[in-house]
Amino acid sequence: MTVYSSTAGQQRWQFADLKELLAKATPLRSGDCLAGLAAGSARQRVAAQMALADLPLKTFLHEQVIPPEVDEVSRLIIDSHDPVAFAPVSHLTVGDFRNWLLSDAADSASLKRLAMGLTPEMVAAVSKLMRVQDLILVASKCRNETAFRNSLGGKGVLSTRLQPNHPVDDPAGVAASILDGLMYGSGDAVIGINPASDNYTAVTDLLKMLDDIINHYGIPTQSCVLTHVTNQIEAINRGVPIDLVFQSIAGTQAANDSFGINLAMLGEANQAARELQRGSVGNNVMYFETGQGSALSANAHHGVDQQTCEVRAYAVARHFDPLLVNTVVGFIGPEYLYDGKQIIRAGLEDHFCGKLLGLPMGCDICYTNHAEADQDDMDMLLTQLAVAGINFIMGIPGGDDIMLNYQTTSFHDALYIREVLGLRPAPEFDHWLQQAGITQPGGRLADTMPATFSNLLKQL
Amino acid sequence: MDELEKTDQTASVTENPWQALRRYTAARIAQGRTGVSLPTSALLAFQMDHASARDAVHTALQIEPLTEELHSAGYQTIQLHSRASDRTEYLQRPDLGRRLDMRSVKQLQQYRQQHPGSVQVALVIADGLSSLAVQSHAAAMAGSVLSRLADRGLSIAPLSIVSQGRVAVGDEVAELLGAELLILLVGERPGLSSPDSLGIYYTYQPSVGLTDARRNCISNVRPAGMSIEAASEKLIWLIDESVRLKCSGVGLKDQSVSSSKIHGRKNFLLP
Repeated sequence: MTVYSSTAGQQRWQFADLKELLAKATPLRSGDCLAGLAAGSARQRVAAQMALADLPLKTFLHEQVIPPEVDEVSRLIIDSHDPVAFAPVSHLTVGDFRNWLLSDAADSASLKRLAMGLTPEMVAAVSKLMRVQDLILVASKCRNETAFRNSLGGKGVLSTRLQPNHPVDDPAGVAASILDGLMYGSGDAVIGINPASDNYTAVTDLLKMLDDIINHYGIPTQSCVLTHVTNQIEAINRGVPIDLVFQSIAGTQAANDSFGINLAMLGEANQAARELQRGSVGNNVMYFETGQGSALSANAHHGVDQQTCEVRAYAVARHFDPLLVNTVVGFIGPEYLYDGKQIIRAGLEDHFCGKLLGLPMGCDICYTNHAEADQDDMDMLLTQLAVAGINFIMGIPGGDDIMLNYQTTSFHDALYIREVLGLRPAPEFDHWLQQAGITQPGGRLADTMPATFSNLLKQL
Repeated sequence: MDELEKTDQTASVTENPWQALRRYTAARIAQGRTGVSLPTSALLAFQMDHASARDAVHTALQIEPLTEELHSAGYQTIQLHSRASDRTEYLQRPDLGRRLDMRSVKQLQQYRQQHPGSVQVALVIADGLSSLAVQSHAAAMAGSVLSRLADRGLSIAPLSIVSQGRVAVGDEVAELLGAELLILLVGERPGLSSPDSLGIYYTYQPSVGLTDARRNCISNVRPAGMSIEAASEKLIWLIDESVRLKCSGVGLKDQSVSSSKIHGRKNFLLP
């Protein structure tokens, strides 16, 4: 085991191994304090960043933060590394890698070619040296496009997951939120419900209902019910209509164990959903959710800081070529991300790291009522992520999830940022909104409700 | 909402004609817009709800009224405390909220020495993130499920109330009581429109250190969410199945028909 060190003034700082170096270099957050991994002082943190900056990127190919013998995610990271793709940056230190990423040499094309040459730990390491503007600038150069019934992630496109959750999965209640969302131009990334229960019959009822709505109105989008992957495999086997397969994932095998999943199970789900061939313009079928702190929360972090664990989850995600990856940044609570400042930084880190690894990143820009955060913090993160070119955000009536009990972005929020930055929904969905009379040709909302939908109200 | 509609009758606000759909959901639908933004009154209503939820997180559970309610229903109680000394520590140190303090451990060990016989069911009530949920619904929920379990002839340990407790603290309580089945009631994180939501976690053969994959969860039990009766029915189904299959968690899929029939209003978007 190598010892890493740096010298600042008279003082020499030592770090026992790679994972300690990464942890001590991480900008302050409550989860690393909880795990006992955070830097003990502000100076120690910067000293660790200095030592990290001098570290050759190649080090990450020789030293693993979690031994592959005990962790299938580590094995996946090693096995899927592409040395040819890595070649252009293989001679750099982490500090030089930051310089390269910010330089003109790093453009959309070169970053795309590089993605499979990078490991999660390399990407996590460089993010720890970066300021907010660096995270935004480099991410904005990445374009990771995916497709199912529409094309997501193109330049100038900001999509939304319409999240019509209801406390008891009442069909009329869910439908009311769907209608509200569609009338505000939401739902191109996915119409995705978090069911109140894992009950198999309730889940399949919701899946059939979403499928019927999408077919009836000819909406170029996809559906998802966010239940455990094993439920969805069973549903596919029983002939229930499934567009996207959802699963929460984490960056260690032990944390995935705590979710009741493993790589083989995800592979089985991916294959089963792809074989259905339900996409019309593409066949990316997986929808993953992640979030800093999940490995620690499951006591499965192996002494690795929460941001590095999070980026390791992206190695899991990209193995299955997903349509959407959503970092649910503020949901986990103040013991992992204490306040608005920590949530904002984490959201930008996750987006940057995921994009650099080649993923179609979205973010659930959110907070809970026991965190030191409010709507102003969410507005800042939303604005910054949209400038950074995020693929999708959530859309929920008034930003208030009445089932999961947290606040995320509203339909109004998505329209705000589209208006400020001149962004549009996925092109196929944008076209549908205009055809349906929901938006005007320029993309603004129509002043009146289209007859197709207003007629429904007469029959209530 | 009446006030909302009254104060936004200005020319710049575009009303949404689908306000009638509010009968189907408590979600903040049909709020209208000014340009693409939220009208002033809707904005301020949200801010007030957030302020209320923030205040609710920090309100302490009042133990006495709860124990009185349980005693009058004929149940014995034991009062316990997690290792988190107060709310501030509780919010920052979930590890402490998952374990009992030494005094509580001794208390349960003594109880066990005095009552060496085996017991099947432990019911644990933890304040969690909403004391309001526990204060309002825990006694009724406990009564509803325990009476059904008693009908099945199962033996039930005294009810444990854990202050500054998280979900996993129930595992330690059940282990110390030597119980085979654990029902844990906990105050869920308060939502803007649901500060009083109770969660139920069920575990077959609980022990310290197990993961969420071994637990089944029933969420959002409150008058405007899942009723106590429906939650109770679902829980009993889970318990019966777990005893039959000898497991809980992801190995035990909730396929009870009753669960899917707690609602019934038609989706108006389809013919």
